[in-house]
Amino acid sequence: MNARAELPVSAPGTKADTGYIGKSIPRANAKRLLQGRGAYTDDLRFPRLAHVVFFRSPHAHARIVSLDLSKARQSPGVIATFDGHAIAEYCTPWVAVLSHLKGLKSPAQYAVAIERACWQGEAVAAIIAETRAQAEDALQLIEVEWEELPVLTDMELALDPATPVIHPDLGDNLCFHRDFTTEGVDDAFARADLVVEDTFHFGRHTGVTLEGRTIVADYNPAQHSLTVYQGTQAPHMMQDIMSRHLNIPEANVRVVTKDVGGSFGIKVHVYPDEMATAAISVMLRRPVKFIADRLESFLTDIHAREHRVRTRLAATKEGKILAFEIDDLTGIGPYSVYPRTSGIEGNQVVNLTGGPYAHKEYRARLDVVFTNKNVTCQYRGVGHPIAVAVTEGIVDLAAQKLGMDPAEFRRINLIPDDAYPYTFPSGLKFELLSHHQCLDKLLALMDYTALRAEQTRLRGKGIYRGIGLAAMIEVTNPSPAFYGVGGARISAQDGATIRLEPSGMVTVLVSVTEQGQGNDAVFAQIAATVLGITMEKVKVVTGDTEVTPYGGGTWASRGAGIGGEAVLQSAKALKSNILDIAAAILNVDKGTLDITGNEVYDKLTGATKMPLSEVGRVGYFRPDTLPMDFQSELTVTRHYTPRGYGFTFTNGIQASLVEVDPDTGFVKLLKHWVVEDCGTILNPMLVDEQMRGGIVQGIGGALFEECLYSADGQMLNGSMADYLVPMAGEMPDMVIAHVESPTKTSELGAKGAGEAGTAGAPAAVMNAINDALLPLNARVSSQPFTPEKILRALGKV
Amino acid sequence: MSGKRQTAITVNGVTENHAVEPRMHLIDYLREECGLTGAHAGCEHGVCGACTVRVDGEIVRGCLTLAVATDGRRVDTIEGLSDTGEIADLQKAFHEHNALQCGFCTPGMLMAAQDLVREMPNAGRDEIREYISGNYCRCTGYQAIVDAIETVLKARKEKSGASPALKVVK
Repeated sequence: MNARAELPVSAPGTKADTGYIGKSIPRANAKRLLQGRGAYTDDLRFPRLAHVVFFRSPHAHARIVSLDLSKARQSPGVIATFDGHAIAEYCTPWVAVLSHLKGLKSPAQYAVAIERACWQGEAVAAIIAETRAQAEDALQLIEVEWEELPVLTDMELALDPATPVIHPDLGDNLCFHRDFTTEGVDDAFARADLVVEDTFHFGRHTGVTLEGRTIVADYNPAQHSLTVYQGTQAPHMMQDIMSRHLNIPEANVRVVTKDVGGSFGIKVHVYPDEMATAAISVMLRRPVKFIADRLESFLTDIHAREHRVRTRLAATKEGKILAFEIDDLTGIGPYSVYPRTSGIEGNQVVNLTGGPYAHKEYRARLDVVFTNKNVTCQYRGVGHPIAVAVTEGIVDLAAQKLGMDPAEFRRINLIPDDAYPYTFPSGLKFELLSHHQCLDKLLALMDYTALRAEQTRLRGKGIYRGIGLAAMIEVTNPSPAFYGVGGARISAQDGATIRLEPSGMVTVLVSVTEQGQGNDAVFAQIAATVLGITMEKVKVVTGDTEVTPYGGGTWASRGAGIGGEAVLQSAKALKSNILDIAAAILNVDKGTLDITGNEVYDKLTGATKMPLSEVGRVGYFRPDTLPMDFQSELTVTRHYTPRGYGFTFTNGIQASLVEVDPDTGFVKLLKHWVVEDCGTILNPMLVDEQMRGGIVQGIGGALFEECLYSADGQMLNGSMADYLVPMAGEMPDMVIAHVESPTKTSELGAKGAGEAGTAGAPAAVMNAINDALLPLNARVSSQPFTPEKILRALGKV
Repeated sequence: MSGKRQTAITVNGVTENHAVEPRMHLIDYLREECGLTGAHAGCEHGVCGACTVRVDGEIVRGCLTLAVATDGRRVDTIEGLSDTGEIADLQKAFHEHNALQCGFCTPGMLMAAQDLVREMPNAGRDEIREYISGNYCRCTGYQAIVDAIETVLKARKEKSGASPALKVVK
């Protein structure tokens, strides 16, 4: 009974018609963006809109002795001025901790600082005016007397007893500490034939979304409701937070996310200036807009990375890895960031280091410390670029010391493809990975042997090329174990509501958001495939808490895998309901019917029975013609939560080919290859684009990007002229290939693909540079690998 | 700061009459005075290229150009180029290659791409990469953009070979 409608999209073991799934279909929603007719938050227009700008601390750490806003208030166009105390009357402070990161501590943080600023750029006053320009004019008229306080910028000094404590109430500068060890780690190092060690440094960098953070908050005093238009990755999370900290009932807060100009993790956090903007809208009872300009983006968008990792690896002389050991120190600024905390990146480094390999012993130490720089938190890759670079850097060093080819050394040590499910020393569980298939495919794809021969030949001519490999694992589709268990009100489940319209079109409302990755597109592909309808019949709606089901949004490479499964399940249910109506109209057994090409047909004869528009017409307008006890249900909602595994891990391997100029220290990227396994591929073109974009962001951190600070905590390169991001001219062509190991935790089988590129690229580039430098007896391990650092390693400066 | 100046600027073929402050940049003029939100302010330093528009046929940075400096001149934006069909082939190629993700850089990128296609009809991949290096994209990794522009260069060359009259005259 009801067989066809209940079957999976593609029956296991059969070569079934997968419809639009697995096809490179261009994104329907890209057309408006191509004509400049998108709707980013700053494109929206509101009557009586006021603009807020923030007066930000010029000091990294200073007490506000006096703050005089009176002259600013008199400036033309100014509507109001507020200090931190005034804002705090309307917006309560927050403390960013998670109970499963035991001992993690952080002070209360206010939307606008009161009494003290703890990093350069922290907002200490707000000016609201009729135009942004008028508000900025008034900024110049604020008079402040500061008492400068000791500044802590060097994270290595944070735990030194002689260093002043930034938050005296907390007792020390330690935000979070974790120790992890397996029982036999000392023994493994003692009996190893080879122990290699190195220290890896990772510079601070940031997401540089081309669209700055933007929010318009519109408070309606008549119904005590707040509508927030915000470029965010997590509308429901923001709804919850706005509701609780502004004391407005949850259902009265609506968060609308239209087009978003790049996120990469930057727009999934709570920012004090955005909370202040919402509070000010309540205070002024009118819409208020805040846009972070480029300098504000550099000073206040979360930064990431800034880790120092001491690393050891133990191996036998036959090349078997026995153990990894790491000691990670990371400086996160003066506050843990709400609500995800700033302990997660370091925690991920502990969880993931050594990830692809079959060793049994592991020890890790993590210290997360406060400093007086901008806050750090989760940015694309979250810990992966560090864990992968540390792992792959030390693995290459071990191979080199053993005189083994790095590809062969990996082959000996990668977890076998038949070993799953597999529990990793750090406790992670892997459902199904394909390291060896990926390695084999990569070596063939790049013609590794020929490249090595060419490398040798060119070295004879004084040309220094390097080949770098980086195997990796990636956290995707996280379960509630990521945040929910720690007390964060962050949804691990997502939902889809699907509706047959009377005309036969289908509307799908999904709680996952779209930031350009193509979530909307793959949701449409899934819905159309399951329902047997054509793509142009499907309309996808995301980004509105008042409209979509409740869900987590877009982060941790979860959109397609989790949101996609919810869409699949909702479409299956709707299809069943559609066939119920068709069967009632036709007075036949439902099991004889199916849908294809927007029409219900008879499975036995293949004859077309009726278009879906007829099902819609009868279901909505002539239900009187249906049996008395029959109620049509042409709207259904389904949800999906990943369970069974904490995370649905993916795996892959990258390779980088570079040429280093020993006279200038410049690195030329010649080519990049990736073989990755994200399970069921929904749209190959979009997956490849996620890989390529991710790789380039990883390369940015490896070669160019760094938030530079002076010793007194002044950011030195807060403009795009000074902070370098990858440009088209210096990026290589990237070859992407796939292995598909679908996850069995969902019917769709899709794992995430959003961060693998960023996770592995820095390690591959680092290893390629060091491979090139090997005959020159030089080695680099501090990102970004600037020409200066390479020349220093070569002893030339 | 005060003392607005009356301007008459032909924007996408229509004369716009607005009194603007001398300090107002062209990008803000287009967005705030004309309501044309296709061009975006990205870096406000002339680096990222998201604000790229055309003044009298030449591409300029909207964040470095003062609106009053374009008084009496012709300004073209992504909306105008879309409506005339001038870049329909580029838009189609960008769509088919997924040469955009978030789309924030895309209007500026298309402006630069059209300039490239007109100026350097024989450009290869390296030259394309070089030419669009003044337009930052944080999402795509650039390869699909290069692919899309390369496709259009080839197609336009074939087309202009067949019918030179179709060449866009600057």
